[in-house]
Amino acid sequence: MSQTATKPIPVPDEISAPFFDGAREGRLMLQHCTACNAWSFPVRERCPHCFAAKLEWRQASGHGSLYTFTIMHQVMNPGFASAVPYNVAQIDLEEGVRMVSNVIGIANDALRVGMRLEVSFEDVGENVRIPKFRPVVG
Amino acid sequence: MPNQPKGAIVGIGVTPMGKIYGRRSVDFAAEAIALALDDAGLTKNDIDGLLINANIPGDMDVRSQMVLGFENLTLVNVMSAYGSTAGSMMQYACMAIREGLANTIVLVYADAPLTPSRGAGQSYAGPHRFPLGGMTGLRAAYGDFGANPAYAMAARRHMHLYGTTEDHFGIIAVGQRKWAQLSPWAQMKTPMTMEDHHNSRWIAEPLRLLDCCLVSNGAVAVIVTSAERARDLKQPPVNVLGYAQCAPGDNLRTDRHPAVETGAKRSGEIAFRMAGITRDDIGTCQLYDCYTYTVLVTLEDYGFCAKGEGGPFVADGKLAPGGALPTNTGGGQLSGFYMWAFTPLSEAVVQARGQGGARQVARNDYVLVSGNGGILNYHSTLILSRHASG
Ligand SMILES: [Zn+2]
Repeated sequence: MSQTATKPIPVPDEISAPFFDGAREGRLMLQHCTACNAWSFPVRERCPHCFAAKLEWRQASGHGSLYTFTIMHQVMNPGFASAVPYNVAQIDLEEGVRMVSNVIGIANDALRVGMRLEVSFEDVGENVRIPKFRPVVG
Repeated sequence: MPNQPKGAIVGIGVTPMGKIYGRRSVDFAAEAIALALDDAGLTKNDIDGLLINANIPGDMDVRSQMVLGFENLTLVNVMSAYGSTAGSMMQYACMAIREGLANTIVLVYADAPLTPSRGAGQSYAGPHRFPLGGMTGLRAAYGDFGANPAYAMAARRHMHLYGTTEDHFGIIAVGQRKWAQLSPWAQMKTPMTMEDHHNSRWIAEPLRLLDCCLVSNGAVAVIVTSAERARDLKQPPVNVLGYAQCAPGDNLRTDRHPAVETGAKRSGEIAFRMAGITRDDIGTCQLYDCYTYTVLVTLEDYGFCAKGEGGPFVADGKLAPGGALPTNTGGGQLSGFYMWAFTPLSEAVVQARGQGGARQVARNDYVLVSGNGGILNYHSTLILSRHASG
């Protein structure tokens, strides 16, 4: 294990560029189908509900709740060697999609299934930010 | 003619398993096939079909036929639905035989991900496996690698909804270790207590090391032919009475709840109906056990207990030796060996034949086998029996 290993930094590809562009500007961008009105995630070319190639990017509310989570102890990638134990969570967004992310701003042992969360963007590399989630205060 | 067998299993071959280094997957496959042919009393020339279970490294491709030296096959394919594939392969083999496309078909799974410098934890999820583009890179940035996090999250959700505990997972691991001690094929023989389970290190909470399957180098081969031809062969035939799949779909939607219902439910219902039997007829279960949690949720979805009651159901040790529902009697993938659904399938054949020796169950009329792939994304069910009908 290299001590200089860093966490993986995602590289936007053509189809996911609007997602990462939005994140850089602090907006959670998701795909919305103009044919059937459904949201979808992860990023793809066509609506998984109706097959229409009419997905447009819209800003999502960024509000959701903690569906479930795990605390990772096993180091599966050297970039996370100093990060364990860290949480990986599934967040149910109001739009009806379930995102995998991390919950920040809270101790791992304070995480509770069902708690309300809101999106918060974190710098992970030069000009790269990704959506994470933090507890809604109050 | 109700409930005619779909086909019959007439040979199985299981190589030595575990940290056996310096051999390619296809070499393990060759050894397993030779063992299966010997078990069946057949020769290589009797084989006219070859179905290969694609493995994660991808080194068991269709060209394996040439390395193995099979000639003039009338059926060949590589199949993949991850850990549920053995059930799909059995369906394809039986249908092909009944359709006259081939007479005697080898099904094989082989894998050799372990090297002296790459242990179980890294073997399926090392950094080399994680390209950084787009959504894949996003997952990696969150530290979401391999299958452990998603299964842990399904298990957590189950605990949240139904009060399932670490003890419920532990009793499954402890019971299967007892079975493993009775199986000559099993990798893990050291006794395990509940304390051992609870003291084993976290992998992905709520899953500990002893909740997770092994990783094995090795191979399993299974030979399938028609029920008619099977009667004249060396081993007592094991008839395939029911088979089904269910692939529920993407779990990244808020209307999907993999802790509440997996593909086992629909797949099980179809297979039982096809076999003309009910759960009460099942004497032993051989269930896909990538994690202890998988066993628990599969038992629920097959209807052995009500939804959510899997924990209390297993708590009395009924899956262990001497229990009311002997399950994963070779130690499963937790303590036996990890060959995807070829682990439960091979053990089911042993039990259905009555060749389990010290681990043979008394009620072996009907054996239930499950396969599970992805993150509870693909499910297959087989019902096997020495009887020709349900
Ligand atoms: Zn649509």
